[in-house]
Amino acid sequence: MNRLQQKLQEDKKLLSIYFTAGFPSLNDTVSIIEDLEKNGVDLIEIGLPFSDPLADGPTIQASSTQALKNGMTTEILFNQLKDIRKTVNIPLIIMGYFNPMLQYGVEAFCKQCQEIGIDGLIIPDLPVDVYHDEYKAIFDKYGLINVFLITPQTSEERIRYIDSISNGFIYMVSSASVTGSQSGFGDEQTAYFKRIADMNLKNPQIVGFGINNNETFTQATTYAKGAIIGSAFIKHASSEKLDTIGDFVNTILQ
Amino acid sequence: MNYNVNEKGYYGEFGGAFIPEMLYPNVEELRQNYLKVMAEPSFQEEFNQLLKDYVGRPSPLYFAKRLSEKYNTKIYLKREDLNHTGAHKINNTIGQILMAKRLGKTRIIAETGAGQHGVATATVCALMGLECIVYMGEVDIARQAPNVARMKMLGASVVPAKSGSRTLKDATNEAIRDWINNPVNTHYIIGSAIGPHPYPDMVTRFQSVISEEIKWQLKEHEGRENPDYVVACIGGGSNAAGTYYHFLHEKDVNIIAVEAAGHGVDSGESAATSVLGKEGVIHGCKTLLMQTKDGQITEPYSISAGLDYPGVGPMHAHLCKTGRAEFMAITDDDAMNAGLELCKLEGIIPAIESSHALAIFEQKSFKPDDIVVVSLSGRGDKDLQNYIDYFGF
Repeated sequence: MNRLQQKLQEDKKLLSIYFTAGFPSLNDTVSIIEDLEKNGVDLIEIGLPFSDPLADGPTIQASSTQALKNGMTTEILFNQLKDIRKTVNIPLIIMGYFNPMLQYGVEAFCKQCQEIGIDGLIIPDLPVDVYHDEYKAIFDKYGLINVFLITPQTSEERIRYIDSISNGFIYMVSSASVTGSQSGFGDEQTAYFKRIADMNLKNPQIVGFGINNNETFTQATTYAKGAIIGSAFIKHASSEKLDTIGDFVNTILQ
Repeated sequence: MNYNVNEKGYYGEFGGAFIPEMLYPNVEELRQNYLKVMAEPSFQEEFNQLLKDYVGRPSPLYFAKRLSEKYNTKIYLKREDLNHTGAHKINNTIGQILMAKRLGKTRIIAETGAGQHGVATATVCALMGLECIVYMGEVDIARQAPNVARMKMLGASVVPAKSGSRTLKDATNEAIRDWINNPVNTHYIIGSAIGPHPYPDMVTRFQSVISEEIKWQLKEHEGRENPDYVVACIGGGSNAAGTYYHFLHEKDVNIIAVEAAGHGVDSGESAATSVLGKEGVIHGCKTLLMQTKDGQITEPYSISAGLDYPGVGPMHAHLCKTGRAEFMAITDDDAMNAGLELCKLEGIIPAIESSHALAIFEQKSFKPDDIVVVSLSGRGDKDLQNYIDYFGF
């Protein structure tokens, strides 16, 4: 059982934070991860920046563009992370689009992840069936958990299929949207959260997209195991000094 | 060798549907229905009627006598430039708007670079009374003012894409994001033979009317259906896909694909994807793609906005990889001169995209009795300012 699977068994609601590696400055990666852990974050998604992040809204796209301008590459990110397990214990996931991984070589990418101590990957534009047919064996070989997304439009049959080939958590996209594009959850979302909870899936669910404060965090985790904050954290990181990460996390967890 | 799409959505190793889960229901709905809908007699009838009465098809297959004399071969021009809205783009938008209606969609989105596909989409939305939103890069909006005005006159909203490089690929990203945000009532009319399966195949089928007509028209002219060569320019590759479609499996027909070399293939300012591209994933499909070593998509360059795309459709990537098509790269200068030559010799002002295809005659020799059919994909009205600036008229 890897760090992520262990964390998912803890008897608490989990807060996961996404940040774009290389933003606001190229070499902020390690200190952001350390600060997030120190302030009680349970799980971190490290964003590998991509030029054309089509599932993301303007905030994450802008941070990705800036990170690339700062010079971030796959190689540099792996170098920055090479000693991360000397100081950080919580699960780490790399989230990125498929093309940079394909160019690095999927197997070489997975091997690096294992050597560093990365626990899983989220690749929004790698479809479930392609993963299953072409890459699952590689992920398994290097002990990596692949996390799949579901949305309010995903059919029950497909959710069951995704659940059957997942072995970590299911990333539950809160509504039909790109990242960072809505505020607050209404009855529609609550009904969706409840519907999924009632399916009694074998994998716990963590809600992402649209979580930006204590209220939405609480709403999301009433039914789900945890929630992911991305754009709201990026906004904080771009407008505030990074030494106030603790304040940001505290406003979410209160 | 099969050059058509297989049941999994691939052309050889290229194609597929590399989409986020948020788009899965939309794309899957289309995949399950597109062939069925296209096969319906009522669909066929409406599509063909509109192509005839509204678009003005069949477009002529014109024997270019003086051009042929100059290059000592037999050159036919497939006159897509004479279609309503001035290019081949309308064939696809007519098909897709009818598809959208049959799928019960009420809202249409599209991406556009130079604005030709945007105009063709706004046109069919006006025709069908559907809401139309066109995403266009902020940079392109500034340099294509007449097409922006056309779209607005036709009732479309033109939304600037302000992210990334603010050109076609970013407009495509924004359109995809819109589709993610509006998964139920919206159909995305992709303008080229790109995107996740089934788009490349669907667009190719709608454009295949071009090669279907070439066959019977050439039979009338020459007593045979198959030319020795078919030639088309390639950005994403929709006019090329339509021009090649019925000849893909005709071994005696040579296929030539003409890419934009920009300032030269090695100049750093080019859109010659077959030379500069590597296998990668863009906008939902695996294809040849211009990118950095690190897998970041790079900005192509061509004087022609319609060829200014960092990838090619997956069908063309397959034609390139298998050697079925010969790929040639034409510089800005050679294209502009070929365009002007067609004006002088034939009295036809071509789109700069199409001028790239015409420029091959300076680079490649054909036999006197070879029959070479060139797709004249669009007319040059939209490019007048470019021609003026370039030649100093």
